[in-house]
Amino acid sequence: MRLVKAGRIVEDRFVRVLDESAVPDGVPVLLPAARFLADAEELGRRDAPTGVMWPNNRKVAELAPHLDRLALVALMFPAFKDGRAFSQARLIRERYGFRGELRATGQVLRDQFLFLLRAGFDAFEVTKDADAGAFAEAERRYSVFYQPTGDGRATALRARLARVRTSAGQMLEAAGEFHR
Amino acid sequence: MYVHDDFDRTLIAERVAEFRDQVRRRLSGELTEDEFKPLRLMNGVYLQLHAYMLRIAIPYGTLSSNQMRTLAHVARRYDRGYGHFTTRQNIQFNWIKLAELPDAMADLAASGLHGMQTSGNCVRNITTDQWAAVAPDEIEDPRIWAELVRQYTTLHPEFSFLPRKFKIAVAAAAKDRAALRVHDIGLRLHRNGAGETGFEVMVGGGLGRTPFIAKTIKPFLLKRDVLSYIEAILRVYNQYGRRDNIYKARIKILVHELGAEAFAREVEQEWQAIKDGALALDPAVIAEIAARFRYPAYERLADNPIELNKARATDRRFDTWFGNSVARHRMPGYAIVTLSLKPEGGPPGDATAEQMDAIADLAERYSAGEIRVGHEQNLVLPHVRQRDLYALWRALDAIGVATPNVGLVSDIIACPGLDYCSLANARAIPVAQDLTRRFRNLDVARGLGRLHINISGCINACGHHHVGHIGILGIEKNGEEFYQVTIGGRADEDAALGTLIGPAVPSGEVVDVVEDLVAAYVELRERPGEIFLDTVKRVGVEPFKERVYAAR
Repeated sequence: MRLVKAGRIVEDRFVRVLDESAVPDGVPVLLPAARFLADAEELGRRDAPTGVMWPNNRKVAELAPHLDRLALVALMFPAFKDGRAFSQARLIRERYGFRGELRATGQVLRDQFLFLLRAGFDAFEVTKDADAGAFAEAERRYSVFYQPTGDGRATALRARLARVRTSAGQMLEAAGEFHR
Repeated sequence: MYVHDDFDRTLIAERVAEFRDQVRRRLSGELTEDEFKPLRLMNGVYLQLHAYMLRIAIPYGTLSSNQMRTLAHVARRYDRGYGHFTTRQNIQFNWIKLAELPDAMADLAASGLHGMQTSGNCVRNITTDQWAAVAPDEIEDPRIWAELVRQYTTLHPEFSFLPRKFKIAVAAAAKDRAALRVHDIGLRLHRNGAGETGFEVMVGGGLGRTPFIAKTIKPFLLKRDVLSYIEAILRVYNQYGRRDNIYKARIKILVHELGAEAFAREVEQEWQAIKDGALALDPAVIAEIAARFRYPAYERLADNPIELNKARATDRRFDTWFGNSVARHRMPGYAIVTLSLKPEGGPPGDATAEQMDAIADLAERYSAGEIRVGHEQNLVLPHVRQRDLYALWRALDAIGVATPNVGLVSDIIACPGLDYCSLANARAIPVAQDLTRRFRNLDVARGLGRLHINISGCINACGHHHVGHIGILGIEKNGEEFYQVTIGGRADEDAALGTLIGPAVPSGEVVDVVEDLVAAYVELRERPGEIFLDTVKRVGVEPFKERVYAAR
């Protein structure tokens, strides 16, 4: 398993803390949802970044009030074909405006990278090393996108309209020159 | 026709490149079959009993002559010289080799065809009325909306790993020829009291082992809101649809378990949060898509030209075909022609490469280069001048696609069944073939009137047996093929599920049972114009049941 951020393989600075153990001071920690919710107030006063592992069958609306105190939200893909976290990611980014790290965990393969990026993920715990190395290639796999998401990539529809308007503008200009 | 632009072409080319890489990784062992499966499925590649099957999308069932020729080429070059048109307006090739799939896809891509999302747990090919834009009872061309929805759902980053497959159909006519109420989402364009056009949104229809007729959750939705509303439905489904049991994963189960009203409230709440966002359609966007649909330059013609009248008066076979396979067009002097892919003794929906090439040529000559695929597994030439009908008929007759049985007892819908499919419990095609032989007398068939028989080889119901006027479902009992029979189903605007008439019958008797049902109908009907379905509705299932089981 490799962590990929901004297209590069990086070290994971977050320490995973399980339900029963104490939260260490001064280091970034990643906590299970129940553990985090139980101590949300106190954890918010820590002097180091806090992250939460949010299961894919729990409403993200429950997490929304805490997002401004979190540095990392890790969403889960228990199986490649279980796509619930795609919806959670878009809600966290686009509806609740989370700006911290949004990490895909679980069975994460190169064939999802672009979908994950488009849904708002910016960090990936990649299952296979070969896939982690192919991140840049997968990111460039497509240049045309049909649907708008919060990632800001231009859709084909908008691009077509811009083209129609530009050529209409040029035709008007040309017509203007002709009349002058 | 929808004219692809460089964006559409680029995306398909990028998809072929991606799939080529995925096949390479599978062949080298980098991908396990488990990992490869959802990827190949999303490209229309199934592993069947004998080989890989490739399903090609025919968006809203519209094909150009060039695309039809490409399908013929693929049938010849990569398959065994034929293809099978499906109930989802697609085509399947049953004998493709995995290593050759990327090349077949590249050949298809050259004419704008692909297998994207024809399988897998994603939004499938968008279907519509095969008479779109030519039917007299239609308020506008539904394919513009089907295309907008097609683009919106293609490689959707959020909805490519849904709990289960997802089927959307759009139609805009009073008569429902698109089976809207057996779809996950059915969109019916209609006018409200104020004269505005919008969509009735139906959700949760579907067949399979737990059939449901879709419920209307929004009687009138403005056109600008259609994509945001679909996104709201898909988002609710993606999060809350069941993933613990494949047989309970379709949206129909979620709608049923929550109740249609509670489901509608969830969707409404989600939709309110996104309806004025990036998915709201402005008129310029709609106009951009509409402008890339090309329509023939119709001539100003009159109905019933002299050439047609003369041919009908002199050639009885032609006149019979005309009465059966030709429908009224919205333009005077034109006609809609259905090509029967249900010849006596043939597998329903199959066409050979030679037939495909010939049909492509005929479409070019007589139908503005356009062909449609209908969910009844027949083809349609949508823009034929009435004065050309006689010449066209002779050409169609010569290649075996002019059997005058459209809508009749031998116009059977059947899934591939145990002859091809690894899920099937029983054969479907041979039953269909036997039925076409038993009802080979077309004068008798015409006397029976409209009668739809649907056959599925297993409970997954790809042959839509629940909505057949007579539905036949293959099951397996102690290693033998048996068939359950239902009557009274329909997939139109009055959609209903058929009622089981009694215990399953062995394969040797199923054709006799259908003949008994038909004989009972002839005795029970009030007048010759009362179709089978109406007789079942009037007298109920009992008299039919008695007739079938009294002697068994």
